[in-house]
Amino acid sequence: MKIHEYQAKAVLRKYGVAVPEGKAATSPQQAVDAASALGGSIWVVKSQIHAGGRGKGRFLELSTGDQVAAAASGHPQAGLGGVLLCRSLDEVKDAASKILGNTLVTKQTGAEGKRVKTVYVESGCDIARELYLGVLLDRSCNKIILMASTEGGTEIEEVAEHNPDAIKKIWVDPGTGIMPFQARQLAFALGLEGKAVNSAVKFMTALYKAYVEMDCSMAEINPLVVTGAGQIIALDCKMTFDDNALFRHPDVVEMRDLDEEDPAEVEAGKHNLSFIKLDGAIGCLVNGAGLAMATMDTIKLHGGEPANFLDVGGGANEAQVTAAFEIITRDPNVKAILVNIFGGIMKCDVIARGIIAAVHNVGLEVPLIVRLSGTNVELGKQILAESDIKVISAANLDEAAAAAVNATK
Amino acid sequence: MSIMINKDTRVIVQGITGKSGAYHTKQCMAYGTQIVGGVVPGKGGQTFEDTGVPIFNTVAEAVEATGANASMLFVPPPFAADGILECVDANLDLVIAITEGIPVADMVKAWPAIAASKTRLVGPNCPGVITPGQCKIGIMPGAIHTPGRVGVLSRSGTLTYSAVGQLSEVGLGQSTCVGIGGDPIIGTKFIDVLTMFNDDPGTEAVIMVGEIGGNAEEEAAAWIKANMRKPLVGFIAGATAPPGRRMGHAGAIISGGQGTAAAKFAALEDAGVHIVHSPGAMGKRMKELLK
Repeated sequence: MKIHEYQAKAVLRKYGVAVPEGKAATSPQQAVDAASALGGSIWVVKSQIHAGGRGKGRFLELSTGDQVAAAASGHPQAGLGGVLLCRSLDEVKDAASKILGNTLVTKQTGAEGKRVKTVYVESGCDIARELYLGVLLDRSCNKIILMASTEGGTEIEEVAEHNPDAIKKIWVDPGTGIMPFQARQLAFALGLEGKAVNSAVKFMTALYKAYVEMDCSMAEINPLVVTGAGQIIALDCKMTFDDNALFRHPDVVEMRDLDEEDPAEVEAGKHNLSFIKLDGAIGCLVNGAGLAMATMDTIKLHGGEPANFLDVGGGANEAQVTAAFEIITRDPNVKAILVNIFGGIMKCDVIARGIIAAVHNVGLEVPLIVRLSGTNVELGKQILAESDIKVISAANLDEAAAAAVNATK
Repeated sequence: MSIMINKDTRVIVQGITGKSGAYHTKQCMAYGTQIVGGVVPGKGGQTFEDTGVPIFNTVAEAVEATGANASMLFVPPPFAADGILECVDANLDLVIAITEGIPVADMVKAWPAIAASKTRLVGPNCPGVITPGQCKIGIMPGAIHTPGRVGVLSRSGTLTYSAVGQLSEVGLGQSTCVGIGGDPIIGTKFIDVLTMFNDDPGTEAVIMVGEIGGNAEEEAAAWIKANMRKPLVGFIAGATAPPGRRMGHAGAIISGGQGTAAAKFAALEDAGVHIVHSPGAMGKRMKELLK
């Protein structure tokens, strides 16, 4: 689960990780009030969406088509970005009015962009150096890893590609937690000196604690800033949480912003279906994540494009199959539906009855291709063949994919 | 021959009275698996429905009373890591964790103790392990399997069944089938199972099914290139998956250009694995190789 920058910074502040003072605002007047409450003479007004690259983003409503396309590719031309530096309260008001309610397109949002409902007004900060710090799981050794780089502001993947030596790593023993010497190793490797070393040790220790106690799956500080006075502070922060651990963090669940998520995916989640919306024309209903991916791949091999990833799970019931049909048929791009079920624990005759009931409930206006295999497959096929719904039955996945692609032509 | 489990494996079930635990215990017993006990804290002294299988309060007690050497774990996610460590404490040879949805942090914390022990963990979030005709520990449909000489290993459940179904269709049976699980932290990785298949005289060839995310397939490819003496057919699911999205399995995510299907296919091909781009072609390709 993702949260906004302003929410992540509130979490960090609670754990004693240094962040600039800031306040969230949902109207230009609130933004002005926030800025005057923060004091000082320089502020940054930042668009709050669940996507990176905001500074280089451009607003759909305020830019030309070329500018938006350039922003979506990550190479912006002139124009107003999603993060604005302001030197007066009037500028803050102006910035918030331009941002709020408009749609920001960045390299990560796709061409349709994300509507900005909230801005974060933050005190300006005296930047001497920009660094990078990330915390995540290293799957090769099952340990939490802290990863730092001297190239702040650049995506870590890019650094890994063109300058891997700039990345320094430490692996944390879960029994001891992060040790001060490890944090010092990273600090010195980043070229920090004087007061900044201790400030970095404190920062990293607190960040690790926040990561572990909040069940994060990623915490990324980019840039991590060294101020003129030698303080280490988080200028930006991206934080995601382990969905499997949300049961013990009701406070995190409360921060979820459903507007940032695809409505169909939210709906699917309520029925315990794993669903991801894609751009193609062939809706997929499959049991098992691996088989669902393999079904999408096979559609592509036959020259089609999947409209979604949908895993009904190992023990799906009729209600779930019905919900799945509802979600798939709601997508206007869908020109055919491919059902691929391996009946194991879930027997094929039960699935067949589920499909028929679902079609009766939901109605169906596009061709339906069904491939069943496994337990009671013959009985399942017979039930479908004798029903009043029109089904194209396929013997194997390749045949099913070919039929689905054919049906969309 | 087989790997990990056979007709002599003595199995306890942690969480035997839960809905899934109870259902699958009966399925495993019907298949012929020796289920010798169950563990449910607080229900020690009872028996499991009308099967006569005794229930114990702790794994240690169950092992002492029954001589069990393996556990099938259905404990709910918040308590599952605890259940795994209880098997480590009782010195079991094998714990197969079916539970889906264990917090990653719990596994990070438990891992050093698991790694330092003699207990092998398979999963979590896996369909289990089956040696056809001898022993089934897991939730896979037993009836689709046939005893034979092809090893199957995979991160996913239904895709494993699909590979098994294809093998049976072309007249090839399986030595042992291992679902290693779709979570970011799993106890048994591709290389562990490949090593066992390589050394198992009863396994003649192997089907390996990977998926996007992480770099376990790339690591396996490097190992295969250096060590594997038996032919392999390989498939990777998720060639069409968009980056940054979790495809059902917690571990199936392409992040920062890492973990793509293309990179994994290339690594396997370079290691001499016979890759198929269509998941429906795994059985046929194996049949050609074993002619």
